[in-house]
Amino acid sequence: MATLAEDARPGLEEGHASASAARDIGGPILALEGISLAFGGVKALSDVSFDVREHEIRAIIGPNGAGKSSMLNVINGVYRPNAGSITFRGERRAHMEPRRAAERGIARTFQSLALFKGMSVLDNMLAGRNLMMKTNLLLQALRIGPALREEIAHRKRVEAIIDFLEIQHVRKTPVGRLPYGLQKRVDLGRALAAEPRVLLLDEPMAGMNVEEKQDMSRFVLDVNDEFGTTIVLIEHDMGVVMDLSDRVVVLDYGRKIADGTPDEVRASQAVIDAYLGVQH
Amino acid sequence: MPSRRSLLTAAFFALLAVAAVVPMLIGQAKFPQWLEIVLGGLMSGVLYALVALGLVLIFKASGVFNFAQGAMVLFAALCLVRLMEKVPFVVALALTLAIMVALAWIVERVVLRPLVNQEGIVLFMATLGIAYFLDGFGQIVWGSDVYTLDVGMPKEPKILFEKTFEGGILVSTEDLLAALIAALLVASLAFFFQKTPTGRALRAVADDHQAAQSIGIPLNRIWVIVWSVAGLVALVGGIVWGSKLGVQFSLQQVALKALPVVILGGFTSIPGAIVGGLLIGLGEKLSEVYLGPLFGGGIENWFAYVLALVFLLFRPEGLFGERHIDRV
Amino acid sequence: MIYRETGQFKTTYASDVQLFPIVQDRVVVIAFLAFAFCVVPFVASDYLFRAILTPFLILSLAALGLNILVGYCGQLSLGTGGFMAVGAYAAYNLAVRMPDLNLIVVLVLAGLCSTVVGALFGIPSLRIKGFYLAVTTLAAQFFLDWLFARVGWFTNYSSSGSVAAPPLALFGWHVEGPVRKYLFVLSIVCVLALLAKNLTRGAIGRSWMAIRDMDVAAEVIGIRPLHAKLTAFAVSSFYVGLAGALWAFVYLGAWEPLAFDVNRSFELLFMVIIGGLGSILGSFLGAAFIVILPIALNRLPAALGIPLSTATVSEIELMVFGALIVFFLIAEPRGLARLWAIGKEKLRLWPFPH
Repeated sequence: MATLAEDARPGLEEGHASASAARDIGGPILALEGISLAFGGVKALSDVSFDVREHEIRAIIGPNGAGKSSMLNVINGVYRPNAGSITFRGERRAHMEPRRAAERGIARTFQSLALFKGMSVLDNMLAGRNLMMKTNLLLQALRIGPALREEIAHRKRVEAIIDFLEIQHVRKTPVGRLPYGLQKRVDLGRALAAEPRVLLLDEPMAGMNVEEKQDMSRFVLDVNDEFGTTIVLIEHDMGVVMDLSDRVVVLDYGRKIADGTPDEVRASQAVIDAYLGVQH
Repeated sequence: MPSRRSLLTAAFFALLAVAAVVPMLIGQAKFPQWLEIVLGGLMSGVLYALVALGLVLIFKASGVFNFAQGAMVLFAALCLVRLMEKVPFVVALALTLAIMVALAWIVERVVLRPLVNQEGIVLFMATLGIAYFLDGFGQIVWGSDVYTLDVGMPKEPKILFEKTFEGGILVSTEDLLAALIAALLVASLAFFFQKTPTGRALRAVADDHQAAQSIGIPLNRIWVIVWSVAGLVALVGGIVWGSKLGVQFSLQQVALKALPVVILGGFTSIPGAIVGGLLIGLGEKLSEVYLGPLFGGGIENWFAYVLALVFLLFRPEGLFGERHIDRV
Repeated sequence: MIYRETGQFKTTYASDVQLFPIVQDRVVVIAFLAFAFCVVPFVASDYLFRAILTPFLILSLAALGLNILVGYCGQLSLGTGGFMAVGAYAAYNLAVRMPDLNLIVVLVLAGLCSTVVGALFGIPSLRIKGFYLAVTTLAAQFFLDWLFARVGWFTNYSSSGSVAAPPLALFGWHVEGPVRKYLFVLSIVCVLALLAKNLTRGAIGRSWMAIRDMDVAAEVIGIRPLHAKLTAFAVSSFYVGLAGALWAFVYLGAWEPLAFDVNRSFELLFMVIIGGLGSILGSFLGAAFIVILPIALNRLPAALGIPLSTATVSEIELMVFGALIVFFLIAEPRGLARLWAIGKEKLRLWPFPH
């Protein structure tokens, strides 16, 4: 399998243990216990439990329809599970709410790019920082003093992210007019703008060619390296998953069938069977 | 265990039923009068439903909220009335029908085709433009006086149940006939949509213009068909209403009432248009007669809308409308 | 060639986020304002003020308000006439019952009354969307129509149903005569347009647009739909209510509820759509179009030498109006503001074709 992230992270061949030590992986920042989710008669998730350690890159993989996106939606509160609990940063609750998740530091990208098409790249990313904007309506209308200072301060932070993602040249372009690859970057940028503790990436490489995947892999790794952001990602490209992630959860028909390092998962018979479609 | 939604809806209807019956119970009205009012309300409701039907048809088949439906009703009635001055009724009817089909064709060619796949609000504004245009055009061609439309609808009211109730119940035969015509129309349209291939094609188009085109459905022809059918419905509505009220500008205002009907029933539902119409007609009449005096009258101007608004708070898609689920 | 940004480098964020970052824009706007304030009062005719400029300015304000709601926040509203009426009648009652109140205070309070009513009728928008919402705003329109016609208190129990505005004075400066009225309205509109522009450029404007573009995603990134939608309704109604008060006091002088009926709502919606949704400039362009069009149409037959009765002319107006709307929607659904932006793009390249 081609290793896409080779040039981005030398020393990968040495194994993940050493890489983890270099990045100081902490204790569990997110823990899911016994999550079950059903839509009418369709069971999207059945009794799934796993944890995500701080500063690690955790991948959720599985064949189509395994419940990966549903899992992400449960984590940030878009779906409410029928059973189970979510513990985030020490707080345990039966379900998350989107706003609460955002406030506590969970940000995400979307499989279908839920960008604000009518706004520019800059505005999309500034919108991602909305929770941090505190000045009231009147001050904003007058745009003086604290309101202006706040606007400029946030602009600075967003520009740092724009630099990081190398999209300076399109910062004022309406997002709807950008090519798909750049839109994906803006989606990532908007999530990063919230300076999250945990970043949920829903198929960040979908629909990309090899070069775009290399760039995106580099960004994901850099985000994890530089900002220490914990990353949970769903991805179909096995090469990417095996190279980027510290640990992997494998789902199949809504159940967890494997949980461990990429090497462990790769060798697991259950995983091989699931992907080959063997009855189990 | 019934869902929260159906419980709320049931509660809403129960409340309405109670409100409808209360005036009679508190002795303000005797049963015969109450029944008259109820029947009158139901029948005007049928007439509303007739106009609402055209709206639902067009929305179902092209996803367009046709604000010009009211103008079409007036235009059709005007055509018929003025033509009837020159030629016999049947000929005038045929000619008017032809004119409505021609109108449908023009609308499709000039307005809908260039705007295919634009946002809903743009199409809605376009139909507003059509409404204004038809208004002016109709008045220039046919004149702006009030015209009486006589299609031979019986004008004398009937008195029913003379034996059971003192004085009997006064029922307008015209309204009764209108209700019958409407029922027939609805039944045939419902059948058309559900059972015929064209009907299915129409529903596909309403869902997604581009997708429908990509499987070979001739969008243009479909739209002409739909708008023609809506034109037919408008004509029937125009005849019925015009016969009752006379053909005049205020016909359009009446047609505006079809909006809350459609809201109540759900934009995509033919039975919804009927039930919505009945509810609105009934509610309006009852509230005007019993609540009106408390507020100095004129309630029927806004009652229908407020009723629709309150209902939407519990069921944002209307009675039979399709539940819109946002996927992320 | 003239309209180029070459050489204009921004070295601070403050300079990049300013209202008119391009020098040419700034020059033009300042020149335009100077012209409007200092030259026009001396050269324009009374007719121009009364029939075109003053109504244009007031309606632009209302269109601005509506644009905030429909264009920036994506909430379709057909009840604008009713909110204008709230502003007008609130101002009237304040002026009549508390005659010592300063004119500006009266206007602001009238706007605030409209804000409250608007926010109230905006609550359904949390559950109801799209055309369903549009029809429920019609509920507001018809209910308010009825309220001001039937409940005598609002019209001070006037027997005819119509009311007249008291004479207007601001710190002793009497707002009488076409020129003073024009200047008064122009000042108010300039200030409020600037405030609106700042709001739409700021955090609240971004949350409005986020709700418009994709409200589910907006909620996920932490924007509260309740807060965004209600503030949109509130701010929009303030502008519309203030415009209504100005329309009644400064332009009409005496009015009845019919002045703010559903046709007014449609007229404003046309302004916003033709001018350009989500554009401050668009509100002005749309208002100008809708104000000038009937006048132009009225003059045209006479100018062409075709004798037509007034009834026929008004019918033709309706037809042309409808046809123009359809034409505009086909040619440029994003309105005059978009045409303007395209024009500026071309101007950047002129005299080169591309």
